[in-house]
Amino acid sequence: MKPTMLSTVAAIALAGAAAAEDVRVYNWSDYIDEELLTKFEEETGINLIYDVFDSNEVLETKMLAGSSGYDVVVPTGTFLQRQIAAGVFQPLDTSQLPNLENMWDVIEERTATYDPDNAYSINYMWGTTGLGVNTGKVTEILGEDAPIGSLSLIFDPANMEKLAACGVHFLDAPTEMIPAALTYAGLPSDSKDQDDLAKAEEVIMAVRPYIQKFHSSEYINALANGDICVAFGWSGDILQARDRAAEAENGVDIAYTAPTEGALMWFDQMAIPADAPNPEGAHAFLNFIMDAQNMAQASNYVYYANGNAASKEFLLEDVIGDTAIYPDEAALENLYTVTPWGARDQRNLTRTWTKIKSGT
Amino acid sequence: MRRAVLIAVPYFWLLALFLIPFAVVFKISLSDIALAIPPYTPTAKDGIWTMLSQLDFENFVFLTQDDLYWKAYVSSLQIALISTVLTLLVGYPMAYAMARAPEQWRPTLLMLVILPFWTSFLIRVYAWVGILSGEGFLNQFLLWIGIIDAPLTILNTNIAVYIGIVYTYLPFMILPIYSALDRLDGSLIEAAEDLGCSRIRAFWLVTIPLSRNGIIAGCFLVFIPALGEFVIPSLLGGSGTLMIGKVLFEEFFSNRDWPVASAVAVILLLILIIPIVLFQRNEQKQVEDGS
Repeated sequence: MKPTMLSTVAAIALAGAAAAEDVRVYNWSDYIDEELLTKFEEETGINLIYDVFDSNEVLETKMLAGSSGYDVVVPTGTFLQRQIAAGVFQPLDTSQLPNLENMWDVIEERTATYDPDNAYSINYMWGTTGLGVNTGKVTEILGEDAPIGSLSLIFDPANMEKLAACGVHFLDAPTEMIPAALTYAGLPSDSKDQDDLAKAEEVIMAVRPYIQKFHSSEYINALANGDICVAFGWSGDILQARDRAAEAENGVDIAYTAPTEGALMWFDQMAIPADAPNPEGAHAFLNFIMDAQNMAQASNYVYYANGNAASKEFLLEDVIGDTAIYPDEAALENLYTVTPWGARDQRNLTRTWTKIKSGT
Repeated sequence: MRRAVLIAVPYFWLLALFLIPFAVVFKISLSDIALAIPPYTPTAKDGIWTMLSQLDFENFVFLTQDDLYWKAYVSSLQIALISTVLTLLVGYPMAYAMARAPEQWRPTLLMLVILPFWTSFLIRVYAWVGILSGEGFLNQFLLWIGIIDAPLTILNTNIAVYIGIVYTYLPFMILPIYSALDRLDGSLIEAAEDLGCSRIRAFWLVTIPLSRNGIIAGCFLVFIPALGEFVIPSLLGGSGTLMIGKVLFEEFFSNRDWPVASAVAVILLLILIIPIVLFQRNEQKQVEDGS
């Protein structure tokens, strides 16, 4: 009995010691190869606690409430900018991040819009928002010359009326959908103007009866199973749907296109909260992620491009060679970015979105 | 002295668990939104007097200017009322059957009612997604027995919300009614029948009035949480399902507007408190009249 007691006490003591070396990471769901998490624990001896979220809003509310207990969080650029202003994050200690040299200057230049000098964050993944299409069914319904890569596929009522029976999903994210509707209406995609917002609302309301659902993650499976024909969603998610369909060999062909009228480009950034319990551990995690091979492993798994130049040589051909993931020069020209919404604009935006979704 | 201590304990709980949190929410509802941690101003850090002088009712005025909030309150009240009635209609016969069941079965039946609580509420609501969806069990079954030709759209409608609420809150309806019926003196019904009442009339004239307290307690236990329900409408309801719980979530998470979210919550509480107070008054009056 006694030895057991002792070992129990020892185990508790050890657990207590390990608790001091926990690092808590809060990342998007389905956004990493989980082998990397075990690898991090093995290499550093730090105990990794990995939680996931599925919306920037949830993350932001936790951050603004303070004392979230997380050491690393992954907001999107626009949200990051606002959170930096609110004093949520601590500046990175570059001396603890030797792998910073792996980062890609082209992406760093763009993320500097949100985080000047990239003082608070590193890029994890980036991608575009666009059209996921079940090519077989859509060409069957709309004919061979269906506008598969154009926003008119989802915003032209004539097309949507025909696609409705087959199913169309929109992201339940006004910060993604409104810029797309503005682009389609020929207005500046980053406009926060009330009148422009009203026009974007008109664009979506015209096709509202034909939209089956607003949801930000269900479309992956729905596309892959052939339950829906079109989804407006995030590039990597749609590519995951394409691969799931291919693996299932169910005859469903999914294609992702960034809309020809212009596509939103976004950046998910890893940052360290100002009140992180273990900032050293957080830096260790960031440095681990910035390792060229680790970053490549993550991209190869989730089908999103990353901001790590050194990782490119380790990327699979169907990741680096796919212009839907790594756009070529011409396609890059076609991508736009947006800025954060202020409190009043955000209220207008959410109100418009509620009106679009519920009709009230 | 001992009496004072005994009374102090429940009042202390009331203060700690109800009044203080409410005061915090009420204070936030009088504040303004800010880009900071926490995301409102002023806070106690600015000094108590500065804080108090900056509070105003602006957010409550705002709620009256947009009919979204009004409509959401009305729609929540409607959904909560209808679900409460439905739960009563389903729950009463079950409680009645349990109370009339042979003595040795009752503990088992009671156990079966409580059993669902052993699984997470969230998982049980998710299970309904699988049952009600287009390719779900219910549609598969109905198609198989040939009642319908095409799958019914139930998921993402208000009907699914009613099903979810009735299912989830059924035990809260059954348990108080069961305990009222269990205590019911069977000789009263026999007496009614001896005096020429039919069984149905005896049920209406004796059983229902004597289980009234159980019915009222069950209805409150269902109505109050259903009014502010968030999980069920967001998982089972469609984008057209307007409920105040969802509006509150949007204010809190999408708009990051804690002050307006708090104002919505304060009004929700007032809506709930008024009928409860009226009910308590009525009860007290009846007790006094009876004695």
